[in-house]
Amino acid sequence: MDWNSIYINTAQALFNPVTIAFALAALGLAIHFGFVGLLNFGIAGFMAVGGYGYAISALSFGFPWWASMLTAIAASILFALVLGLPTLQLRGDYLAIVTIASAEIVRLLLVSQAFNSVTGSADGLTGFADDFRSVNPFPEGDYGFGPWSYTENQFWILIVGLIILILSLFVVWRLVNSPWGRVIKGIREDEDAVRALGKNVFGYKLQALMVGGVIAGLGGVIYVLPSSANPMTFITSLTFFVWTALLLGGAATVFGPLLGALIFWVLQAFLGSLLPALAEVGALGAFSSSQAGALRFVIIGILLILIVVFRPQGLVGDKRELTFVR
Amino acid sequence: MDFVATERKPVFRRLVMMAMTFALALSGVALAAPAHADTVGDEYDLQVFGNVKNEGTPLEGVEIIIEGNGYQASVLTDENGQWGIGVPERGTYQITLVEATLPEGVAVLEGGPVQSFDWGFTNNVAYNFFIGEGERTPISTIDQFLMRVFDGLNFGLLLGLAAIGLSLIFGTTALPNFAQGEMVTFGALAALLFVLLGVPLWLAFPAAVALSGGFGWAIDAGVFGQLRRRGVGIVQMMIVSIGLSLSIRYIYQFFVGGGTTQLPGGTGSAEVPLFRTVALSVNDLISMAVSLVVIIAVGWWLLNTKMGKATRAVSDNSSLAAASGIDVERVIRTVWALSGALSGLAGILWAYFRPGLKWDMGEKILLFIFAAGVLGGLGTAFGALVGAIIVGIFIETSALFIPSDLKYVGALVIMIVILLFRPQGILGKKERIG
Amino acid sequence: MKSTGLHIGEVAPGVKKVDPIIVADHVSKSFGGLTAVDVEHLEVPRGVITALIGPNGAGKTTFFNLLTGFDTPDSGTWEFEGQSLAGIPAHKVAQRGQVRTFQLTKALSLLTVLENMKLGAKDQQGENLFASIFPFLWKPKEAEIEARALELLERFKLLKLKDDFAASLSGGQRKLLEMARALMSEPTLVMLDEPMAGVNPALTESLLEHILDLKKEGMTVLFVEHDMHMVRHIADWVVVMAEGKIIAEGAPDQVMSNVAVVDAYLGSHQDTDLGVVTGRIELPEGEA
Repeated sequence: MDWNSIYINTAQALFNPVTIAFALAALGLAIHFGFVGLLNFGIAGFMAVGGYGYAISALSFGFPWWASMLTAIAASILFALVLGLPTLQLRGDYLAIVTIASAEIVRLLLVSQAFNSVTGSADGLTGFADDFRSVNPFPEGDYGFGPWSYTENQFWILIVGLIILILSLFVVWRLVNSPWGRVIKGIREDEDAVRALGKNVFGYKLQALMVGGVIAGLGGVIYVLPSSANPMTFITSLTFFVWTALLLGGAATVFGPLLGALIFWVLQAFLGSLLPALAEVGALGAFSSSQAGALRFVIIGILLILIVVFRPQGLVGDKRELTFVR
Repeated sequence: MDFVATERKPVFRRLVMMAMTFALALSGVALAAPAHADTVGDEYDLQVFGNVKNEGTPLEGVEIIIEGNGYQASVLTDENGQWGIGVPERGTYQITLVEATLPEGVAVLEGGPVQSFDWGFTNNVAYNFFIGEGERTPISTIDQFLMRVFDGLNFGLLLGLAAIGLSLIFGTTALPNFAQGEMVTFGALAALLFVLLGVPLWLAFPAAVALSGGFGWAIDAGVFGQLRRRGVGIVQMMIVSIGLSLSIRYIYQFFVGGGTTQLPGGTGSAEVPLFRTVALSVNDLISMAVSLVVIIAVGWWLLNTKMGKATRAVSDNSSLAAASGIDVERVIRTVWALSGALSGLAGILWAYFRPGLKWDMGEKILLFIFAAGVLGGLGTAFGALVGAIIVGIFIETSALFIPSDLKYVGALVIMIVILLFRPQGILGKKERIG
Repeated sequence: MKSTGLHIGEVAPGVKKVDPIIVADHVSKSFGGLTAVDVEHLEVPRGVITALIGPNGAGKTTFFNLLTGFDTPDSGTWEFEGQSLAGIPAHKVAQRGQVRTFQLTKALSLLTVLENMKLGAKDQQGENLFASIFPFLWKPKEAEIEARALELLERFKLLKLKDDFAASLSGGQRKLLEMARALMSEPTLVMLDEPMAGVNPALTESLLEHILDLKKEGMTVLFVEHDMHMVRHIADWVVVMAEGKIIAEGAPDQVMSNVAVVDAYLGSHQDTDLGVVTGRIELPEGEA
């Protein structure tokens, strides 16, 4: 068994655009669920809107990278508005169903042949990162050390992703420790009480949906930037994985989502390399390596159940500040 | 999708065909995919491709649709008249050339615009239509519509079985069960298991449904019943159902792999002409009859038996029911078993409707089960049935008016709209929500 | 000190007041076929303590919800300080100075007591999404708010608990916190929905004192209560509801001796339908 390649695969998951994208998505979801209590099961939709917002504006309109970035942000805000304006009055579990359906609608629209010229339908889009690469300050070459080794373009995406992540963490940290954060946490506890104190609950929910949506949308951009935007990425399972990462770290925390995303992907990479390797050497009995691949999602599902039941506050959450109020 | 039949003209002024092939080129010869063809599904190893030309002139923008084994894809020909579609697995596919996208006066000359083919042993298949000048005689719109309504009714009824299951659980426990899709898949898998064990069909299917009931019972006994005893909140339970759905789904994949398997008689069921040009397959007719009988039986059970009445009492107000001496836990356990059985039956029928059995087939219709439940009012069994039939017919008939790959979008949009304006559903009781 | 001389003319349900703060006309609400509230005319006097009493299911809380924008009536108009409140959302009603509490206490469990208090303050720059990121924009106001919050907590004897989660407070402490929080917004009308429910007797006295203090500070109080003793003790004016209608109003002592009220509460005519008392059902001569 090749322990070295298992180690390298696992270590690489620590510094990886996908991990950063997940951390951003989970951070956005932390605002939605952890701080406001919105059961948003459409986070994959926000990521898709962000990622495709970037890709389409670059390909169809020839936008430079920064304008594409702004388009992704604007698209996320728009999606939050379209989703939030009619639905934020709904009861929690109904909101969950509506958001999950909305994300699926977004995906079906992206897959549809009807908009092929813009979305690339089932094939998705590629080649939208050219302008982003053209402003890469790193000269051609290999970057990194040990198990972490990147081309100049991968490195550039990684750096930009980290900057966005750090900025987002800072903003969220400031937000939740401000009077604004006090209001949205109040809404999570009891929105009628907050309403009775003269706060526009609906407005705050919508703001929070937009802020979290923009962060998740930027996560979508980082997700697609390394190679391509494909509708198969943004399936409902992606939403569930982001939820797992969030709950793992701690829903009502600022750094929990980052920790959760790291653990989730390190675990994914580790199991993803270990299980097939075990199967190959016959340590899993008669199991084939594709069966071993399925096992890792079984493990993630069980992990999700165990966290929610036994450690609902997540790894870094305050035990008293359980997030499942009702 | 337009269903358009070609009336072959007695005189082919010029028999024109596509450049490359003369017949259904289902040969064993592996051909390289054309260079500039517009393709979808590149990620799959299996590719079917072709060339649409009229008298040697490539036709651009002709829509080709492939459907089968639970997969659907469509593509438009490029400027060279070429197209390619990747499919996830071998099997029988229906391939449609949408004649409406052909130029005026051009039609498919042989075999009609809707044809089916079997995958050979190679990874690449060339498939071409004979086209040329001809006249298209569309099937009357009414007939198309009626066909769709029947298809939708069939789909709606099987959806209804699962939606009643979902709704019963929601009614008695307030849990939106995201693992309902896996309960659907379970039925089909159990049926396959019995068939593989050599059990005759008349016994295998009822046994599979019974086993599915046991599965539902076990989920409640092993997971949700325990959580209720611990006093775990409903949001947590909902997320648990998501984790459960994920785990169970991949356990299925672990055992059956990623491919599609047919139950006996899954494909090639004989068509029974009903009236005019409307025809239904034997499978469809049996499926509808079974659904109807079972749904009527469940309705009778809810209205007339002691347990059924207790179920409705718990749905109405569980603490009041408990205070009136109803064993709420027992009712809930029974509801889970019933829900498992109904979903399992829906799974078997769904395996014939698609056709084919796959590890994630239940998840694929989960949102429509929810849509049906929400439409009728979650927690109302009869509402779920009405909702399911509406969703089924809506999905099938809407494809007449909107691009076929958007037909599912319509159903989801309707669900959202209903939730916004009438959250209690069509048949649900009005209560303050929010 | 009881206030008197609040009304104009004969005391009867819907009597005019010298200086009304709330005027409601033809406010009705029904759930399904059941009429929960059907108030012909009501004026609530300014600067005094008014009690809203009535048996269970009389529609008191629903009427509260309608007045505060938490529920929409089927018909009717109502004004607060001369301005119509019809169609005004709950948070705007609160911003205008009409603040309420809830029957089932809504302490924000996972916020600390101090955070609960600060949330009550009006016009906070830091509650703006963009300003919140820049603490220097809102820190000065925050200090002001904190000072007032601490002052109120001191008065309500909750200061020691300021850093505890509200979830850890006792039922009575939560009632106190909810009232103190409502005061953070400097309201003109405080509406208390059953302030005494679930409060242990030791705290009752201090709660009563706090309510009387509100009047001293010039606020108007409208409260829902079951406890007649307490109503008699602190209310200047009493409004009685039964089956959604106002069946009597007046000074506490007068109202308590009103036959209709006693009937509504005690059912002295136990074999008589409550509808007879409220006039909903008219019986033939000589039967009642």
